[in-house]
Amino acid sequence: MPEVIPEDSVGLVTPSSIDFQGPLPLDCGSTLTDYSITYETYGELNAARSNAVLVCHALSSHHHAAGYHSMDDRKPGWWDTCIGPGKAIDTNRFHVVCSNNIGGCHGSTGPASINPATGQPYGKTFPDIVVKDWVRSQALLADALNIDRWAAVVGGSLGGMQALQWSIDYPERVAHAAVIAAAPRLSAQNIAFNEVARHAILSDPDFHDGNYYQHNVVPERGLRLARMLGHITYLSDDSMHSKFGRELQAGSPTTGYDMEFQVESYLRYQGKKFVSEFDANTYVLMTKTLDHFDPAAAYNNDLSAALAQASAHFLVIAFTSDWRFSPARSREIVRALLDNNKEVVYGHVEANEGHDAFLMKIPYYMDIFSAYMNRVASEVEPA
Amino acid sequence: MSLRPDLSIISKWIKPGSRVLDLGCGDGALLAHLQADRNVTGYGLEIDNNNVRQCISAGVNVIQTDLDAGLSDFYAESFDYVIMTQTLQAVNYPDKLLEEMLRVGREGIVTFPNFAHWKNRLQVAASGRMPMSHTLPNPWYSTPNIHLCTVNDFETLCRDRGIRILQRTMVNYAHRRSMGDHLLPNLLGRIALYRFARS
Repeated sequence: MPEVIPEDSVGLVTPSSIDFQGPLPLDCGSTLTDYSITYETYGELNAARSNAVLVCHALSSHHHAAGYHSMDDRKPGWWDTCIGPGKAIDTNRFHVVCSNNIGGCHGSTGPASINPATGQPYGKTFPDIVVKDWVRSQALLADALNIDRWAAVVGGSLGGMQALQWSIDYPERVAHAAVIAAAPRLSAQNIAFNEVARHAILSDPDFHDGNYYQHNVVPERGLRLARMLGHITYLSDDSMHSKFGRELQAGSPTTGYDMEFQVESYLRYQGKKFVSEFDANTYVLMTKTLDHFDPAAAYNNDLSAALAQASAHFLVIAFTSDWRFSPARSREIVRALLDNNKEVVYGHVEANEGHDAFLMKIPYYMDIFSAYMNRVASEVEPA
Repeated sequence: MSLRPDLSIISKWIKPGSRVLDLGCGDGALLAHLQADRNVTGYGLEIDNNNVRQCISAGVNVIQTDLDAGLSDFYAESFDYVIMTQTLQAVNYPDKLLEEMLRVGREGIVTFPNFAHWKNRLQVAASGRMPMSHTLPNPWYSTPNIHLCTVNDFETLCRDRGIRILQRTMVNYAHRRSMGDHLLPNLLGRIALYRFARS
């Protein structure tokens, strides 16, 4: 709980929601007739409407990127390290928009929403969603907000992939794209981890083929396991060691199957917390979205060809200990941009925090992100 | 901002509107100057965090990478010039990097401290120890300059590898040209500047 709101915070914020009278065409061939998008904004939109920055969220995240919803909040929004007055995405200079992706479970239409055609929750009948669909829905959100062109589209992990997709699908609407801790597509290992997480959910007896809402239960065990597994891939061996080492929870070893090590307690806590804030169908759907992300697929697996139409300037950042989307994966994106003679900056950040590093206040990361965004801001400010 | 004199000489060698790759681009001063003054486009490669940050602030397209990892990210002949100032002597495989420069670029430009400068020779002769100077400020055990060479060494390597030298300028520690440098470059020139291409 913040006793007082820190000075570099956007402060107390309230989400907004827009109900769109569909249809939203989806890549899978079906459409969403009526849907809503929940989003937050921070900072003032300038008179020219040119200083808007779109922040795209990662797999298990949402539209609450910065600030606090109430003085009772234990923690600020998920990217509060980077969004706020004087921070990398400086809300004194930018108007920041962050929306919950379609298929999500934090306000935007998703599997837990009521399907107007049946009067029942969509559950597993919610249409398959790909990153292009998210981008299309965000373009409609931008239309509704009267924003023609983003000064920057920014994101980490899956959000970085979404920023990349924006630059391909709407080149004229993206001045800069910041692609952080991302990859041009998932590796077999990445997909394998997602599959184990999905399997944990799907095999939970409380899943009821995705219709658990009607049974008034939640596939808690499955969702917990999925989150525990996810967390292992977000951290590095080093960061786990420095956080927990082999410290025992009770101070001395226990017998039998009881929880002994602090890392176990951490994972169980994370799993339990997640169950109260996330929907199992959304987790299955969004891991699938992540697995299917592959902008090069439509271009004969040639990422350079996929990026040829992009006109944005790019900032690509990777972290040394990120084994989920390693620096080598970011270099694939950089290489494709170099092939096309695109404007690109690549920062290689030494960090022990693993994939989660993109959320952390790492001084060099903040330095280069701020330096880049400072130039973005100066381009849209009157001279 | 005034440009370091050796960079100023190099920038006059670059044709306006060219595409340039700057290896070990430092704070990006040369590329920023070329972009503003000569309508040049291109990238800088740099490994040092502080330099990368300054490049970003200067509006230079910088790729943070280790030159010893090579230039495999770049297609053949994708640049008019590949520049490497004061870095040749600090990489693991200077000969391979020279070849790489002429694979991805039509012309190469390098500068390096001439180890055969008379003051270096005098220091070795008089004290029997590795020379230290304005251009070589570190002791032998902590110097990044692991492949120091002389003007004669460099030109011999170029001849052996079929590299044609198009232009050579010698400057002193203040990066100014002097008469003696032209008469006896290997003895009197402190810093060597070369422009070269495939024979």
